[in-house]
Amino acid sequence: MQNSKLQCKIQNLKAGDDILFNGVIYTARDQAHKRLVEAIKKREKLPIPIKGAVIYYCGPTKTAPGKTIGSCGPTTSSRMDVFTPILLEAGLGVMIGKGSRSKEVVEAIKKYRAVYFLTYAGCGALLSKCVKSAKPVAYEDLGPEAIYKLEVEDFPLIVGIDTKGNDIYRSL
Amino acid sequence: MKIIKADKIRDVISDLCIQANLNLRKDALDALKRAYSNEKGLRAKRILKAIIDNAVYAKSKKIAICQDTGFPCVFIELGQNVRIIGDFKASINKGVELGYKKGFLRNSIIKDPLLRGKSGSLPAVTHVDIVPGNRLKITVLPKGFGCENKSQLKMFNPTAGWDEIKKFIIDSIKIAGPNACPPYVIGVGIGGTADYACLLAKKALLRKITGKLANRLTGKLFKLEQGLLNDINRLNIGPMGLGGKTTCLAVNIETYPTHIAGLPVAVNISCHALRSAVKKI
Repeated sequence: MQNSKLQCKIQNLKAGDDILFNGVIYTARDQAHKRLVEAIKKREKLPIPIKGAVIYYCGPTKTAPGKTIGSCGPTTSSRMDVFTPILLEAGLGVMIGKGSRSKEVVEAIKKYRAVYFLTYAGCGALLSKCVKSAKPVAYEDLGPEAIYKLEVEDFPLIVGIDTKGNDIYRSL
Repeated sequence: MKIIKADKIRDVISDLCIQANLNLRKDALDALKRAYSNEKGLRAKRILKAIIDNAVYAKSKKIAICQDTGFPCVFIELGQNVRIIGDFKASINKGVELGYKKGFLRNSIIKDPLLRGKSGSLPAVTHVDIVPGNRLKITVLPKGFGCENKSQLKMFNPTAGWDEIKKFIIDSIKIAGPNACPPYVIGVGIGGTADYACLLAKKALLRKITGKLANRLTGKLFKLEQGLLNDINRLNIGPMGLGGKTTCLAVNIETYPTHIAGLPVAVNISCHALRSAVKKI
């Protein structure tokens, strides 16, 4: 499924569905979230096109020579919960991470008809195979916490929270 | 008297950092394989398979098992007849720095916990034990922080019973829930002081996962460990928290004498990527 296709199909995805994603995703974790939200509050221009964007909670290891990226699995999503509703309001479409989200995030996902995906936690080596290109696009001073633009192929995702607010962890 | 050069220690620690982060511990991998064959649910099985495949791929391609290459924790057992030539403490940090650079591991350590700022690989958290003999045993445990964040400490009354302690340990796992990369390995430290119980809990993660009595003088702790393991695996948290029989691969308890007025209990959780490497010089 590609970015454009994902936008069309997003409403049909149900918590628990498995998909393979092809397209562009941006990495962002704690400090990048803090900066993005500060920028939104100050009405500054964001360094990435946030409308409909896919954000991946990830801080990869260093890239060895000849490789595209290092190990690049998901980090714990709940640490981003305080920032997420503001980013969703600004147009963020999709999040990828691991673990559960707060009630506020579930409500915001429902309100803005976004989706939260899980990917294979602690499998950063395997996931690196799906990354076809990677380049830092913002906050490079943050090192592994910089925002990287990744092009991914057959990136495995499980729908964690769908646009209707159904949560895979609450249905277990 | 045995003489060891600080440069040797640096090189050993550098290798251990890489080894630990790239090669999943054999006992952890074996435990995952056992869990895979015992697991019934399709989703849980698929996730366990990905975890096993990930470890195999990381080793063959020399890439870190997980992007969180951890807080470098270094445990030293220093034989009292060992003499170190050079700067011992500096050699530990130089080894970590070198290993994290050579292994393309992630710089996850920031110099100031409040000001945050740019990350590097240093310093390590180091624990030194003085032991009899003329050997130096070095263990590197790169501790991922998703699971470190779920650590717990409780100072019980000395009259507390096992049921209360057990509830605290199981509640700690419930709090971690799906968020710290289950299936977990649980380190429990009981006794000592508040800080020492936390250290014991972390050291418990270094013990091999065998499912057997190992070298215990008594089978009492083993029974408590097995009881906890069974109870935790009934929580249905499962791999990635998506349900299943495998919430926990092992529970390791370490104990130490304590004060008549107290009963400290600490829980240190490891994600499924339980990484450590050891070398004796």
